[in-house]
Amino acid sequence: MSVSRHRLTAGLALLLCGLSAASLAIGPAPIPPLTAMKALVVDLGNASIVVRDIRLPRTLLALTIGWTFGLTGAALQGLLRNPLADAAVFGAPQAAALGAVSMLYFGLVGALSFLLPVAAIAGALLSIALVVAVAGRQATIVVLVLAGLAVGSLAGAGTALAISLSPNPFAVTEIVFWLLGSFEDRSMVHVMLCVPFLFVASIALLTAGPGLRALALGEDTARSLGFAPSRLRLLIVGGAAIGTGAAVAVAGSIGFVGLVAPHLVRPFVGHDPARTLVPAGLAGAALLLAADAAVRLIPSTAEIKIGVLTALLGVPFFLFVIARRRAELSEMAT
Amino acid sequence: MTRLIARDLTVRLGRREALSGVDLSLPAGRLVVVVGPNGAGKTTLLRALAGLAPPHRGAVLLDAVPVLSMPARERARAIAYLAQGGAIAWPIPVADVVALGRLPHGEAPDSLSAAGRDAVADAIAAVGLGGFETRSATALSGGERARVLLARALATRAPVLLVDEPIAALDPRHELIVLDVLRAQATAGTLVVAVMHNLTLAARYADAIVLLDRGRLTAHAAPAEVFTPDRLAESFGIEAHIAREAGGLVVVADRPLPDRSPGAGFPSD
Repeated sequence: MSVSRHRLTAGLALLLCGLSAASLAIGPAPIPPLTAMKALVVDLGNASIVVRDIRLPRTLLALTIGWTFGLTGAALQGLLRNPLADAAVFGAPQAAALGAVSMLYFGLVGALSFLLPVAAIAGALLSIALVVAVAGRQATIVVLVLAGLAVGSLAGAGTALAISLSPNPFAVTEIVFWLLGSFEDRSMVHVMLCVPFLFVASIALLTAGPGLRALALGEDTARSLGFAPSRLRLLIVGGAAIGTGAAVAVAGSIGFVGLVAPHLVRPFVGHDPARTLVPAGLAGAALLLAADAAVRLIPSTAEIKIGVLTALLGVPFFLFVIARRRAELSEMAT
Repeated sequence: MTRLIARDLTVRLGRREALSGVDLSLPAGRLVVVVGPNGAGKTTLLRALAGLAPPHRGAVLLDAVPVLSMPARERARAIAYLAQGGAIAWPIPVADVVALGRLPHGEAPDSLSAAGRDAVADAIAAVGLGGFETRSATALSGGERARVLLARALATRAPVLLVDEPIAALDPRHELIVLDVLRAQATAGTLVVAVMHNLTLAARYADAIVLLDRGRLTAHAAPAEVFTPDRLAESFGIEAHIAREAGGLVVVADRPLPDRSPGAGFPSD
């Protein structure tokens, strides 16, 4: 088991290197891969400007946000002891978008202010807290999904309201941007805006690892083994909200990576929630890097938004997991 | 010598007093069985002894130290607790589930010390699940799963073992296997406290019976003293007869008596 786990981690790390290189080499300006690598470290004039200022922020954002999404999904699934949990199931990305949009709508801040991720984090936190409060701690998957759907729809309605009431078309364009999710035209300022938050979120989520193992046997057993489930909830819900909020604030709404990533690594590392965390994070990073490279390669007049692509691929996967675990889930629902 | 003491232990669940002024002194090396009708406070007593239910009044002391003032990790090393029902959320291999009992020692399934590996192997052998190590714990039968969870509690090697209804929903063979394990633990020096509903098996295996009724301790004595027709009528509301056989007492419930108080109904746990 541990042999395949180390192999998987090494394999994912290699894959990430390859995808990062591809991410730096792909774009409208034709720069050969080797030149792109060289342009990163040596000043090659225009090539360096393209690689360092346009492509590198994109690569870094896809890498760190994907990692956070994968980690968040794995931690939430461990916390709720449910393989269908994800920040998106709580309506967190929609609520984070609403938080960011309301800041923009009221003209409180510009798109490059630290208040934007803070507002998005507050929105995400509020949505997760609301879902957990309504559904209760021992919620079945049905109750959770329904509560998450309601909260997500409410946040979506709030955002739609902001769009329809918006006095100027420019604000509408800016708001629609939050709903679609993209790494296009991001700068190092965006990276600096979200990476500190993503770092904090990662620390919180990774700290919860050992406790998630104990939690697999129920809350009382976890407590009898010396872990405080309330502390675990705080770490994971807090980490998930901070990570989701910061990611949405700079990249808009990108869903389903956190849901999919843990499922991709479980065949290799098993179902131990603590062992799933890091590989799921790496797989999430690989997924987003690959998706971001794909949207640049798919021929179309305007670049396809990455949030649209992850939803197009993620939703069928979500349905597939539900169909495969149908029997088990109907048992859990009763 | 380990001794677990409950002093004037009173626990409230919401506004209801689930446990009222219970005094107990439980020494090491004994198998103590807690019995009582549904809603008598058995699970609450066990959770309070484990430090999981904070008392409204009174205290639980392990070797004169209040369990609630012990650091969580230290308490977990001293008191192993097996919850009722026992769910396993993920399809984890049996050996990894049992290894979770080593978490209080700062060990995890992939970072066991030599002592930890011994404890896990001994626990798996004790419940007779040798050869099941790599099987997925969620794919086992109810009886096997109950033994895996018991092995998990044993792997901690705590001086106190609290088990809540360890033989509920088990077939007769598994009932005896589990109780033999608990008996062996007590003989080896562990204080074992088990909640059970099967009075005959309680009488046969226990060194002492703790009888709870509506949150109060009504008896703490040897099985033969506790299981009398009068006591069973009063606490359980049953007409029962007790036979003596070579294996020990046999408690047979013959019929329910009319409700003790109007509207008493059947309070649930």
